[in-house]
Amino acid sequence: MLKIENLHVSYGNIEALHGISLEVQEGEMVALLGANGAGKSTTLMSIMRLPPPEAPRVTSGSITCRGVDLLPVAPHLVVAKYGIGLVPEGRRVFGNLTVFENLKLATYARKDMEQVARDYERVFALFPRLADRKDQRVETLSGGEQQMLATGRAFMCGAKFILLDEPSMGLAPLLMQELFKVLKEVNRSGTTIFVVEQNANIALKYAHRAYLMEAGYIVREGAAKDMANKDEMKKAYLG
Amino acid sequence: MDIQSFFQDVLNAFQWGSFYALIALGYTLVYGVLLLINFAHGDIFMVGAYIGFFVATFLLGTYAVHLPFHLPHLVIFVLTLVITMILTAGVGVTLERVAYRPLRRKGAGRLYIVITALMAGLILENGNLALLGASRKAFPTLIHDTVYTVAGVSFTNIRIVVILAALAVFLFLETIVRKTKIGMAMRAISFDRVAVPLMGIPIDTVIVFTFILGSSMAALAGVLFVSAYPVLEPYMGAMIGWKAFIAAVVGGIGDIRGAFIGGFLLGFIEIFVAAVFPSTFRDLISFGILLIFLSLKPTGIFGVARAQKI
Ligand SMILES: Nc1ncnc2c1ncn2[C@@H]1O[C@H](COP(=O)(O)OP(=O)(O)OP(=O)(O)O)[C@@H](O)[C@H]1O
Ligand SMILES: [Mg+2]
Repeated sequence: MLKIENLHVSYGNIEALHGISLEVQEGEMVALLGANGAGKSTTLMSIMRLPPPEAPRVTSGSITCRGVDLLPVAPHLVVAKYGIGLVPEGRRVFGNLTVFENLKLATYARKDMEQVARDYERVFALFPRLADRKDQRVETLSGGEQQMLATGRAFMCGAKFILLDEPSMGLAPLLMQELFKVLKEVNRSGTTIFVVEQNANIALKYAHRAYLMEAGYIVREGAAKDMANKDEMKKAYLG
Repeated sequence: MDIQSFFQDVLNAFQWGSFYALIALGYTLVYGVLLLINFAHGDIFMVGAYIGFFVATFLLGTYAVHLPFHLPHLVIFVLTLVITMILTAGVGVTLERVAYRPLRRKGAGRLYIVITALMAGLILENGNLALLGASRKAFPTLIHDTVYTVAGVSFTNIRIVVILAALAVFLFLETIVRKTKIGMAMRAISFDRVAVPLMGIPIDTVIVFTFILGSSMAALAGVLFVSAYPVLEPYMGAMIGWKAFIAAVVGGIGDIRGAFIGGFLLGFIEIFVAAVFPSTFRDLISFGILLIFLSLKPTGIFGVARAQKI
């Protein structure tokens, strides 16, 4: 579904990714692990084609979705046309809008109104708390609720492929488990998931496969079960 | 002050407030979306008035090239409004394209964009001066002043049209910004511009839409203004533009209700100060009042301090 080959990416003159390659198959749940500053968010922002200065610039290599080159695609079309949704680092929900407005905004480019109606139901079923707080301004939600909203928003975009950047950040262990259960459930019902995590424990518990990044390189990849058992992984990333 | 002249002043204040509000809207919409103070906006009002002048005189058959038939004045007035709003929206969008978008793309600082806006305004003023000369133009009379008198208070039809237009515009814009998806997108951009494309929303389309709204409302104000006070000159947008900007800030810039309340507040202060003091004191005292007001409530009437983002 998504294929990245030998991708070099820079912020200004500083290279952040030094030729990474990875692949996510349709229907998979894949984790991207690594320490602070390894380049995980940079990878996701490159896929979304967000423009500089906030996002990095691809200097060489390729990103394709179902064989189509994504590099020349505008960010809103990555979402609207290729069905790739990002739950960004730090959630980035619109605090000045209500919960419902945030969700509705995500349907901006969609024309399939019956499916939109079903997606609302699905989001409110997955996250009942959002339904209770439908008309509340998002600034006043708790961090966990904002994370649910950010995830729900990606579903409302109609994304068949969802990228998540550290969804467990700032969540209590119980809520973290709950969120990953939801992701797993969504994945089982056909959505492809690519999740960036520092919490390798939880990511490896739910993902099929994983990549490990260090300082702008992919240093290891494999089935989640095998990765969890590697000694160096245990030492560095698992409790 | 007797009761008749009091109501006279109230109506007058509403009319001036409507002009300020219609222009203040453009400042507030663009600021609300881009956090940019579009200092060229007062001159967009001027450009609107001039475009209105040429459209109206063309429709009246003043030029060698003209329509093969005559239109009633009321039809010409409505057509002038509509055509002028469309053409002026084009000017606003062009301004955004050539002046602001390139800077935005390069991630230029806000100071540079504001200075660009100031320069764009000066270019519009002086471009007009160079092209059309310094002589004033008189806007043709399309609506004949009809004076109605109700209970001793007299008012003209144009005054009523101005006030009703402002109210209609207010309801229209509130609905757009509150209820439609593009309105939500406008509000979302001001909060977090980077996250907006992640919702599948083309940012540039939303920004262009914002400039279309602001510029066409300035054009509406421009044509109505010269219908009431039919003199056109290149600098006519400068002072009224500044005043409308101040009105937008006093109302709480970024908020549509604020533009209206601020506009009407300024209209009322001006008219009632002029009713009490000599007319040369008008602007001094009005701005003094607004200054005191802002020092008491620096965010404006509807403004909220921008929440710190984490
Ligand atoms: N906007 C930016 N401008 C310049 N350099 C940046 C920018 N964003 C990230 N970097 C640099 O790129 C490298 C990778 O950063 P990135 O945010 O991708 O790391 P990460 O793996 O997501 O880390 P974390 O787990 O802390 O979120 C870091 O060295 C970082 O300093
Ligand atoms: Mg990161």
